[in-house]
Amino acid sequence: MRAAMGRGILVIGLLIPLVPLVLWSVTRTWQYPSLLPQEYDLRGFEELGRPGSDLLEGVTTSSIIAIVVTLAAAGIGLSAGRALGLYHFRSKRLIQFLMLAPVIVPAFAVTMGIQVLFIRVGLNDTLWGVALVHMIPTVPYVTLVMGGVFANYDVAYEEQARVLGAGPLSILFRVTLPAVFPGLAVASLFAFVISWSEYLLTLLVGGGTVKTMPLLLFAYIGGNDSTRAAALGIIFIIPPLLLLALTSRYLTGSKRAISGLGKL
Amino acid sequence: MSFRSKSLAEPAPSGAGSALGPTIERSERLPGEWRDGFKILALLSPALFLIVVLFLGGFAFGFLQSLGFLALVGDGGLSLEAYRRMLEDPAVRASLPLTLRISIISTVLSAVLAVASALLIRGTKRGQKFLVWVFQLNIPIPHIVGAVAMLLLLQQSGYFSRFAYALGLVSSPAEFAPLIADEFGVGIIVHYMWKEIPFIGVVVLAALQSGVSDFEEVARTLGASSWKRFRYIIVPFIAPSVFSTSIIAFAFTFGSYEIPFLLGRPFPAALPVVAVQSYNDSDLLSRPEAMATSVLITVFISLLVYLYMRVSDRYTGGVR
Repeated sequence: MRAAMGRGILVIGLLIPLVPLVLWSVTRTWQYPSLLPQEYDLRGFEELGRPGSDLLEGVTTSSIIAIVVTLAAAGIGLSAGRALGLYHFRSKRLIQFLMLAPVIVPAFAVTMGIQVLFIRVGLNDTLWGVALVHMIPTVPYVTLVMGGVFANYDVAYEEQARVLGAGPLSILFRVTLPAVFPGLAVASLFAFVISWSEYLLTLLVGGGTVKTMPLLLFAYIGGNDSTRAAALGIIFIIPPLLLLALTSRYLTGSKRAISGLGKL
Repeated sequence: MSFRSKSLAEPAPSGAGSALGPTIERSERLPGEWRDGFKILALLSPALFLIVVLFLGGFAFGFLQSLGFLALVGDGGLSLEAYRRMLEDPAVRASLPLTLRISIISTVLSAVLAVASALLIRGTKRGQKFLVWVFQLNIPIPHIVGAVAMLLLLQQSGYFSRFAYALGLVSSPAEFAPLIADEFGVGIIVHYMWKEIPFIGVVVLAALQSGVSDFEEVARTLGASSWKRFRYIIVPFIAPSVFSTSIIAFAFTFGSYEIPFLLGRPFPAALPVVAVQSYNDSDLLSRPEAMATSVLITVFISLLVYLYMRVSDRYTGGVR
């Protein structure tokens, strides 16, 4: 009986914040104190289909940045993770600290410091500059996950392929990548979502000219238009929810992977 | 120092790992082997380059600017003036207790409720899959979307207020207690708990599913009460997971800008909000102070990272 009540409270507590979010996203009018909207429509979502709209621009800009960041983080993290997972070396502990710190320390603090240099080299207010600072939290994160993956990886398969005459590229694509693919896919999806959700770094370096979804969301919240803000929120969580659907079996399994979720 | 047990390569908190049996030792590679050394360096260099330039470089540059280096105004000499100004700034002084209060309360409550939820879910026979699904659902929801949800739920004309009206508790939005932009930070704390309970909870759940029930069974047959089983078996089993995820949750709540900005007040504001406020201040004298605040946040959270590594190492059976 007590357990049943506990379960009820847990489910309601976790789900109830999503109820007004979903309702508001399809609301036309919803006056106080009504518990349900008086009129519904899809104006919050319609903008997505209009060429040149803020919403479409936001989705495009956010996607480009997140894809660039994800590809770079996957490649760099794969390489560094291999070093951390397969080898023992003297300064490994320091490297682990250096990789863990940017995952947990808020990146805006160091971004403020480096912005002076970004202005000098012309990276400020550009999409590339924004993508570059998004790599501060994502690259170390993929590195850590891949370090864990490579720690349970058997290099002997590569040796065998080599003995049988496979070249380095062939080994990479036919032996190594298939073996570490599940881990790499999960880490990359997380990198995508971390970049996709980043607000402050984009604002600091993009200076408002690089208009991503989070910047738009902040503008809508400030603009007091609950319907647009809620609809944008719903569009916003589609990639993260896909991520959950694809990776939920790893979620409860890998503690390393989830440490990155503390970031979202 | 140079030779370590392989389990250290996985410094994730792991009451779980130790129960999964010993990891298979691979042949240790000699650190002095040149070929390997070169390979390691080549593999690490892109990531290291990025972190050294952007993260360490950003920190170093921020630190130098906090000392007055590269300042757009002033005499150009290095000084601790910015740190003195920071400590005397009423915005910073009001911010420290608020920031610590929010982080400590939300982390402690989240940890306790996460353990309770994980035990509850583990004890559920029918519908466990559904519970786990709901539990995981909001983990990937970005904080800023969660903040919008909290606004619509908790503000004075929000969803809860409408329920209160339906129950006859309030007759207008103004009568509903302000939970957003309130003095205590209730809205911020509720939001963090909503996000952190599942975050800590799924890690605890994973730890609980990794062999603890065998020990419990033995204890039960030996006559241990349910309290004793909790205290002497479950607690030691999940403590490392709870502690390490709590450190991450605490560090996040202490260093994040978006949530206190959206759900809190401009004054007193959380420390990251104060840092950004002074960074964007039109008075350029505030720049070094913003840098000093950032340096403070970075150093404090880096200490937490170090603590996290120590905790993880200890429980994964590494050489201390």
